[in-house]
Formats: sequence, C-alpha cells, structure tokens
Amino acid sequence: MIEYKNVTKTYGSNIGLDDVSVSIDKGDFVFLVGPSGAGKSTFIKLLLKEIKPDSGSITFNGLDITKMSNRSVPKLRRSIGIVFQDFRLLPKKTVYENVAFAMEIIHMGPRVIRRQTPQALSLVGISSEAAKYPDELSAGEQQRVAIARAIVNNPTILIADEPTGNLDPDTAWEIMHLLEQINMRGTTIVMVTHAKDIVNKMNRRVISIKSGRITRDEKRGGYGETEDDFGRSELLLRGGPFSL
Amino acid sequence: MSYSIKQAVKQFFRNGAMSTASVFSISAILLILGFFFLLVVNVTNIAESVKKDFDTIQIYLLDSTEYALSDSMMKKLNLMPEVLDVNYLTKEQAMEDFKKLFGDKAYLLEMRQENPLPNSIVVRVTNIEGVDAVVARARSFDGVEGIKYYKEAVNRLIRFTNFIQVGALALILFLVVISVVVVSNTIKLTVVARDREIGIMKYIGATNWFIRGPFLVEGILIGLVSAVVSAFVVGFVYAKIIELFGTDLIVMLSTGFVPLRFMVGNLAVIFTALGVSIGACGSIISMRRFLDT
Repeated sequence: MIEYKNVTKTYGSNIGLDDVSVSIDKGDFVFLVGPSGAGKSTFIKLLLKEIKPDSGSITFNGLDITKMSNRSVPKLRRSIGIVFQDFRLLPKKTVYENVAFAMEIIHMGPRVIRRQTPQALSLVGISSEAAKYPDELSAGEQQRVAIARAIVNNPTILIADEPTGNLDPDTAWEIMHLLEQINMRGTTIVMVTHAKDIVNKMNRRVISIKSGRITRDEKRGGYGETEDDFGRSELLLRGGPFSL
Repeated sequence: MSYSIKQAVKQFFRNGAMSTASVFSISAILLILGFFFLLVVNVTNIAESVKKDFDTIQIYLLDSTEYALSDSMMKKLNLMPEVLDVNYLTKEQAMEDFKKLFGDKAYLLEMRQENPLPNSIVVRVTNIEGVDAVVARARSFDGVEGIKYYKEAVNRLIRFTNFIQVGALALILFLVVISVVVVSNTIKLTVVARDREIGIMKYIGATNWFIRGPFLVEGILIGLVSAVVSAFVVGFVYAKIIELFGTDLIVMLSTGFVPLRFMVGNLAVIFTALGVSIGACGSIISMRRFLDT
C-alpha cells in the first residue's frame, strides 16, 4: 500500500534519505526507529508530501504521490491520520470540536459529524471529557483526543510521530494499546519512536534508519542494541523514560 | 461557507482592538476618498453649469449691414445642428442691457451722443464643442464686424476640471493601495497568531480555500463595517456643508450642490464595493506566505 522506490532526498549537502526502497502493506504495524537526523522525519514528510524527493517514486494506495499536484495534497492528507508528539490540538476548541473539526474540513454533513464524533471519542475512551478544552486534560488524554481526530475519518493509515514522547510509561502503554486496537480494525500504523522498551515488547515490524539508509528491516524485531542503531548521546538526550 | 462566516465573526470580535484599528484606518481612507468624490462631482457639476453661461456666440454686424442680409444669416445659422437658437439684438436693446449693467451710474452713458454699440446676432449652441463650427460659419458671412465668444475661458475651465478629476483619481488609487496594505497587515497579525492552528489544519487535510475562508470573510467584514461608518460620516458632513453654504453657492454660481440623497446613495455603493475588495485583497495577500506548500 505504501511503496518507496529508490527515494533520495538531500538538503543541500545534508542527506535526508539515500536511495531508500521499502514497502509497507495494508494492516501492517511498523516501528520506524533510528537516531535523530537519521531520516525518519524525512520519510514521514515525503509521505505527507510536505517535501518532494530528489529522485525515486513513492506510491500510496496505487497513486504516485511524487507526481501529484499540490492541489491534491489536502486529499492525500485526508486519507492519512496523523498523531504528533505534542498532540497539536486546537486550544480554543473543545475536545468534541477538535474531533468534529477534522470532519468539517472535509465537508461532512452535520448529521454524519454528530454520529461519528462520539463514536471516535468513545473508541479512544474519552467520551466523558468531550466538553473540556485541551488544556484541562492530562497529556495522555490529549493524545487520545489527537488519536480520535486522526481516525475519525477512517484513514487507511495512521502515522504516529513519537506519540509517547511526552507521556509517562503507564500512559504510554495505554496509548500503545489503543494504537494496537486501531491496527486490529485494519488501519495501517507507522510509528516513529525512540521508545526502545515499547518497540521490544510489542514485537512488531521494525525499520531502522541511519544516515538516510535503511540499516535493518525485521518482521518481528526489537529496537536493536548496538550503537549502530542508536547513538549513545542520542540515548541520553532523547531517550526519555524508556531509554537505559 | 457557514463555517467561514461563523469563524470570521468570532475572530472579528475576538481581535476587537485590531479590528477596530483596521476599521478606523480604512474608514479614514474611505473618508478622504469620499470627500474627494464630493469635490469632484460638485466641481464637475458647477463646471457644467458655468459652461452653459458661455455657450453663446455674439456676432457683431457692421452698421451698413441690411436687416435682410442679417435675416438670411440667422436662417443659415439656425439650420446648423450645433445651434440651439438664434436671436437678433438691436443696438438700442444692447444699450439698454449695457445701462442695466451700470445701474445708478447709467447717466454716464447718456452723455454720448451716438450709440456706439453695433447690432448683433446672438447664437446659443447646444454643446460647447459646437462653438468652432458656428464661428467658422459666421466668419464666412459678409457684413460681419467681429465675433465674440468664450472659447479660451471654457477651455481653461475644462482643463481645470480635468485636472481635478485626474488628480483625485490618482489620489484615490494611491489610497486604495495603502488601505490594502493596512488590512493585509492587520490580518497578517491574526494569521501569525493562528500560525500553529493553520499548520494543524493543513496536516489534517484542509484545503487552502478552507483555511483562507474565515480570514477572507474577516477582511470583507472589516471592509463592510468601514464602508458603513464612512458613508454615515460623509453623509453627515455633506448635509452640514449644504446647510451652511448651499444658498451661497446658488447665489454665486446659479447652481446648488449635488443633492445629498444622490451623493450618499452613490457613495454607499462605492464604499461598499471598495471596502469589500480592500478587505478581500488584504486578507488574500496576508495569507500568501502561510499557504504555499
């Protein structure tokens, strides 16, 4: 469903991705790991068509998105749900409005919105907080809202960019279970993470990127122990509660 | 659509201070513009009426010219399409008019033995541009002593009104550009404040027009409010001016101000059109940097 073919992206003399070829199937749950600056963000940005590759092709649902016009970008993004480390909720909207907004944007009728928004909220277990504003919620609750917003339009793929990065371990696991549930409903999940602990315990496909190249791609992998996968300084700086 | 309007109204009131500031600056510009409009329309109106006073040509006849000859001249002139009417002015009648002009000093004229004024034909043209043709024709007649007309004065008047019109138009264009910049800067501030929000909207697949919508409507709203405010102010001031100087103007130039109702009606339309386009342009310009993908 997603296929990168010989994708290269450089920023001046810096390498973002270097001749990367990889494919992700429908229903996959993929961890994208690697040190900062290794190319994970580039990988995601290319899929969202935030940036264009220098060469190579990226196919998404049978469409070559490198050849897609800028006008079609909103359409592409509607079929991709996105969750960020910093949640990115609209602060002046309530929980309900934040989720409903994702549907308003794609011009869904008010009846559909009234039906689907509570469903999404109950799926992430946050129905009781619907009338609150994001800053009244805990970090974990905010991330649940963000996930509800990401899945309310039934995207085929959910991209999670360090979704547990700002959460304590227990909350992080709650979010992981939620993502697992969503994956079981058939949604493909690509999760960028530094949480070694989570990657090891989940035992899912792991794609490891370093210096713009895929160094490892295992069907049921762990985070990887060597410096090759994860630099020391990186551990200290970015590891958070899950690093050793 | 309803989403954009709801958002825009909310933003307009939420940014109360900024909205008020923009409304003030656009109103100020529309006001200046409105007063120039009043000036131009009234000057044009006065010029038109003054032109009417200069649309006569006086053909002085030699004393030796027979009435039969002058009568045939008048018939020929009357056939010209440029001519409105033709009248014969005897030297006696001319003297009477002349005396009237002198008023109580008319006795000075009595001292002359002989009437020095010639008989003349007074031609009125339908249109000031027709003067040349009539004058050329009159020159070709025998028995004409001279021709008096106000071509130069009228030309000067036309040049003056043209200058006012062009000058005002240039100033108006300049002001419109300024106001677009003012609005775009105001809206840019609200856009910057909502930069993050716009980013989020783009991530979840909002089209540029969806994002632009509320800002566009906000700009239009600012423009509309400014238009209403300035139309009221200009109307009020114009009514006062008419009240104070209206009769003086009629006495001096035999024409009044252009009526209030006509002026305010037209200005309201112009202000609305300008306000809306200024607001819309301003908001689109201010969004440009934030929406290029």
